[in-house]
Amino acid sequence: MMQTALPSSAASAPATRGSQWRSLEFILGVLLTGTMLLLVLLSVWIFPDGGSAMDLSARLTRPFASWAHPLGADPLGRDVLARVLVGGRISLLVGFTSVIGAATLGIVIGLVAGYYRGFWDMLLMRCVDVQLALPFILIALTFISILGGGIFNIIMFMIISQWVQFARLVRGMVLQVREREYVQAARAFGVRDLAMMRHHILPNILGPIIILMTLNVANNILLESSLTFLGLGVDPLTPSWGGMLADGRTYMQTAWWISVFPGVAIMLTVLGLNLLGDWLRDRIDPTGKL
Amino acid sequence: MSGFFIKRLLQAIFVVLVVTLFVAYAVRLSGDPALMLSQGAGSVTEEDLANIRQGLGLDRPFLVQYAEFLRGAVVGDFGKSFMGGTPVAQLIGDALPATLALALVSLVVSVLVSVPLGIQAAVHKGKGIDQFIRIISLVGLSFPNFWLAIMLVLLLSITFPLLPPSGWDGPISLIMPALTMAIILSATNVRLVRTAMLETLSAQYIMVARAKGLRDRVVLYKHALRNCAIPLITYIGLQFGNLIGGIVVVERVFNWPGLGTLAFEAIASRDYPVLQGTVTVLSVMIVAVNLLVDIAYGLVDPRIRTK
Repeated sequence: MMQTALPSSAASAPATRGSQWRSLEFILGVLLTGTMLLLVLLSVWIFPDGGSAMDLSARLTRPFASWAHPLGADPLGRDVLARVLVGGRISLLVGFTSVIGAATLGIVIGLVAGYYRGFWDMLLMRCVDVQLALPFILIALTFISILGGGIFNIIMFMIISQWVQFARLVRGMVLQVREREYVQAARAFGVRDLAMMRHHILPNILGPIIILMTLNVANNILLESSLTFLGLGVDPLTPSWGGMLADGRTYMQTAWWISVFPGVAIMLTVLGLNLLGDWLRDRIDPTGKL
Repeated sequence: MSGFFIKRLLQAIFVVLVVTLFVAYAVRLSGDPALMLSQGAGSVTEEDLANIRQGLGLDRPFLVQYAEFLRGAVVGDFGKSFMGGTPVAQLIGDALPATLALALVSLVVSVLVSVPLGIQAAVHKGKGIDQFIRIISLVGLSFPNFWLAIMLVLLLSITFPLLPPSGWDGPISLIMPALTMAIILSATNVRLVRTAMLETLSAQYIMVARAKGLRDRVVLYKHALRNCAIPLITYIGLQFGNLIGGIVVVERVFNWPGLGTLAFEAIASRDYPVLQGTVTVLSVMIVAVNLLVDIAYGLVDPRIRTK
């Protein structure tokens, strides 16, 4: 559930064939992510009923059999394609907002800790120790099962458990950058701390932050679908990928398509993001240290 | 040098304390167990509730209760289940072997798959086979484990009824959950093997071995693999938390009689002593494995100790 793409040092891949693969990876990543984003966002207009319309005469229509229901219909006669696209909104909302929240918090704390060192730095590093050793999925299950799921709780939980990753990354890079000549020079010119962090340090460490953000969006989409599938996430009445998969289990004998297509949607979206993250990592960080 | 081990041990203990405190606090937030226990018991007076609370020790301050829980946990006493009063330790003891068996089998299968693939990718770095393995592993990282489980059930239990879809029906039941976990783990592990192997292959003794005229197979599997075994075991050991997290979910899909299923049943029936005990045991397992990996690495590679 908590899979993260791990370091690959494909780095200095020589010559042309490698870079051809690379551009293919990029094109594929952009195509997949872009298509899924577009379809999910446009679903508001394509399916104004939010995929909840029941067409009882179409109950359990098989996929690829009719134009009215290209991906089939569920036992209540609801269109699977509509529900998959509409359900994607939840996943994307949770994926993007949680990462933006965690990154913002992590960047601020990481900048302060790396720039000023001292007490805040020490406190951050202890948080890192704990975070690295905590079985977060278990803590999430415990907390969410008790406090209740819901979009807000899930996003908050992801922010609380993931800001540390960003803070650690930013801190490490600030430690490197702050000794560089251009930072020293800016300091000699009397640039204030805040301006220094905003204009001289942050722009130079943005690349790796974007990589981590991309991979974390992918990861959090998986995490949200798992929590919802387990009944601990988004309200089961709202269409969502994890929720549809949980419903689909009841009808596995008769209607395989309900279990297949939401999963395919998750896979295409997350694969697109992973391809982009991988490609970015190669571009920005050729040493493969991330 | 013993300073490193002591520091690492203290860190582990600190983490266990933080985890157990989190969990105890979450359970405490869940509401009044006295109300839950007395549900359906007809007319309950405030006095009855107070008696129940006193009986459970819930009238004392939170930190005292937490200390009490810790004192019990150290000797393996996690209290009693709300449902039927079975000792939590006994429930955990019954479920633990199933979880460990699943973890061990899937880990072994995953290593058997990902080591040869990772080595091939490293040897043919940048070539077609490397890119192919890389894309496959990216795909493997891109779907949720429970969906893979569902797809396997559709394929191997429904379309071709070869394997039992869930529960415990003899060792044959282990195949599908273990296969699910092994595939998910391999996607990560292939990348770890490739990275570790690439580092090792650039070392001078590999060049020497090649220069001696040793065959590729001998160089790879005898010289290189042995030397990258240590970082590899460390990486894989550090993945143990993810492994357990994944197993908890996969157990749920297959109704596998392990700790994950126990935890979910406890969640469903609001049986908080069981939930608290299960999460505590799983967390301690993860912290212990991480500690062992670190200490082993420190023993083998003195540079780590001074970091």
